Amino acid sequence: MKLLLTGNEAIARGAWEAGVKFATAYPGTPSTEILENVAIYKEIVSEWAPNEKVALEAAAGASIGGVRSLCAMKHVGVNVATDPLFTFAYLGVNAGAVLVTADEPGMHSSQNEQDNRNYARHAKVCMFEPSDSQEAKDMLKEAYAVSEAYDMPVLFRMTTRVCHSKSIVDCYDREEVIDKPYEKDIRKYCPLPAFARGMQVKLADNFKRLESYSNNSPFNYIEDNGADIGIIGSGVAYRYAKEVFGKTVSYLKIGFSYPLPMEKIAAFAKGKKTLYIFEENDPIMEKEIKAAGIDCIGKEKLPAMGELTPDRVRKALLNEEAKIIQPNPEMVLPRPPALCAGCPHRGVFYELGRRKDLMIFSDIGCYSLGLMPPYNATDAMICMGASISAGHGVQKAFDIKGDHSKKVVSILGDSTFFHSGITSLMDVTYNKSNTLTIILDNRITGMTGHQQNPGTGYDLTGEASPMIDIEAMVKACGVQNLISIDPNNLQIVQEAIEWGLNTEGPAVIITRWPCVLKKFSVQDNEEFPTAFKMVATVDVEKCIGCKKCLKSGCPALAFDRANKKSGILKETCVGCGVCAQICPKQAITVEVR
Amino acid sequence: METKNIVLVGVGGQGTILAAKLLTTGLMEAGFDVKMSEIHGMSQRGGSVSSLVRYGDDVQSPVIEIGSADIVVAFEKMEGLRSLEYLKPTGKMIVNDTEIFPLSVIIGANTYPDNILDEIKSKVNLRVMSATKMAEDLGNPKVMNVILLGSIIKSMGLTDIDWETIIAENVKAQFKDLNVKALQAGMNAV
Repeated sequence: MKLLLTGNEAIARGAWEAGVKFATAYPGTPSTEILENVAIYKEIVSEWAPNEKVALEAAAGASIGGVRSLCAMKHVGVNVATDPLFTFAYLGVNAGAVLVTADEPGMHSSQNEQDNRNYARHAKVCMFEPSDSQEAKDMLKEAYAVSEAYDMPVLFRMTTRVCHSKSIVDCYDREEVIDKPYEKDIRKYCPLPAFARGMQVKLADNFKRLESYSNNSPFNYIEDNGADIGIIGSGVAYRYAKEVFGKTVSYLKIGFSYPLPMEKIAAFAKGKKTLYIFEENDPIMEKEIKAAGIDCIGKEKLPAMGELTPDRVRKALLNEEAKIIQPNPEMVLPRPPALCAGCPHRGVFYELGRRKDLMIFSDIGCYSLGLMPPYNATDAMICMGASISAGHGVQKAFDIKGDHSKKVVSILGDSTFFHSGITSLMDVTYNKSNTLTIILDNRITGMTGHQQNPGTGYDLTGEASPMIDIEAMVKACGVQNLISIDPNNLQIVQEAIEWGLNTEGPAVIITRWPCVLKKFSVQDNEEFPTAFKMVATVDVEKCIGCKKCLKSGCPALAFDRANKKSGILKETCVGCGVCAQICPKQAITVEVR
Repeated sequence: METKNIVLVGVGGQGTILAAKLLTTGLMEAGFDVKMSEIHGMSQRGGSVSSLVRYGDDVQSPVIEIGSADIVVAFEKMEGLRSLEYLKPTGKMIVNDTEIFPLSVIIGANTYPDNILDEIKSKVNLRVMSATKMAEDLGNPKVMNVILLGSIIKSMGLTDIDWETIIAENVKAQFKDLNVKALQAGMNAV
């Protein structure tokens, strides 16, 4: 059967075909759809974990317990999961285990462009790198065979273009894999120094054997077009090379990319006048090939940052640039993402942005947009959960310096709080800090496209599950000053911020209102009966054209320049009422739709 | 055959992804090798979105290079202007005559230009469609995307593919007839 699948869908299909029985992930672009698609297969127990470290530990456990397991995350998620990764490599597997890392050359939705092929080398695990959906499925199946034959977890490098591109895939039935028995074996599963030293030697031996696998792997193959120019390419960069050079050069396609097939590379390089290395981001293959004494050209000509798309290849190697038609640049207005009409974060950022006495440490989520105009609220962000702990550090620095001109506000969402905000909050209370933390609880993991999390009351499969209470969690972390508020009421938001800044010791505000795009659960309908069922209208007689409402940054507003009046797009507005509260002339009214 | 390149651009929420899904499914059923790449911005809605569709005998890159698209279909005027560079000099652009203001216009920092279509027309072969209006006339503004899909199918000479079956297999039963009508309307309009 042929299906048109994205790389992420192909991974899910491959997991099903490979007899995987347990899969877990924390959502993150571009990896999110992997687990969403795995969950469609009822034979696989599929879970959202609170964070990537937890996910990889659960997958390692399932492997030790005797079933094939899959774990998926975005590239920066692997940073969170490195602690178990490095030692899981020592332990090895019982049933096969694969960790999918979805890297982001081009940083379409990420804060950095780290190349996780480095982790294969650093953690000492082998690696596959597919270049399209067919390979993603085929290699994933092979990865389980390799994991079991060589006793190690396999790192599987996807990139945004492979994750989110569709291509045609030949699909087969599920392979029923016999579960492995679990047997207690402390020399294998307990890395005390005395045992870990033995594990280290076993790992090195397995890598030695993998060198031979790599040289003979069907995923490392030569396409000999009789040319004296050769290209060694991995991932989608190989596709880009073929797009540009077609049959005018010969190729060595690298699909199993660590350890590299050095004998095959040496044989391919022999007699080539020029050898190019096509890899996205870091010069990893290039350095290892050069270290083996083989002359090649890589990053001195090809870009080391961003995607290695065909147009960039043409420019770099052929000095060719397409004839393009350009619009008058002055007419093209950027269209950055914006908080949706009805977004419950709007009121909070409107109020925060008006104050000059705050240092706002934000986090990873839709609320990252709080740094944009018209709010201009945010000062800094680093990574998941850092708002609270990095904010704590900033506040300590201010205190040490005796600088009281600004006070720190840490701001993050519900899913990010569960991910790694809880430990950070403990740092704040334990170390007697006095920051204000705002948890934007919109009842879902929003930015990645609405995944359930421990606070929503549902699991990945849509089944009801215990709802972790954020308030109780905050109290358990030792916070005495806590309030929960409706973020659409600006007066309440303003008073809450004022209260939080002036209380003794750390304070937490929880804003509780659902994401406007969320599919409501039964509980949501009970708790928020009026949400998004209203609409606002402008009384043009009362509107004085002062544009104050536009400071809400709501995409449902439209200013009529000719008549100097504000207007509201009825189809877009959901009646949150933030603009109506800002209007100094009470010209905006909210009523039931 | 030489690989053909189709670019669909719009604003998040306009339905470019479903249109691209129907298109690529039809192309696969017709026996072409197909690749499609999508880039969606970091937030759920409101940002620029694009779907890049390539088909032929053997398609390598999922990405369409600038200056190489046979056709660019813009679901919104500004996105059409932004995507001009995708077109090859002999390419064709179809623009839906609809404006969605970016935030900078909403907050009054910029003015949405009133001569976008003139600017595009002065540089490339342009066909303007009132797909949003046509969709409203059909009774559901959402089928604007399938009307524009119809215009792509006609422009690229793909009318022989059994689109009715593809629509039936990919949309809810109660919306099938409406979508088939929308596709027909789009084909007839170019």
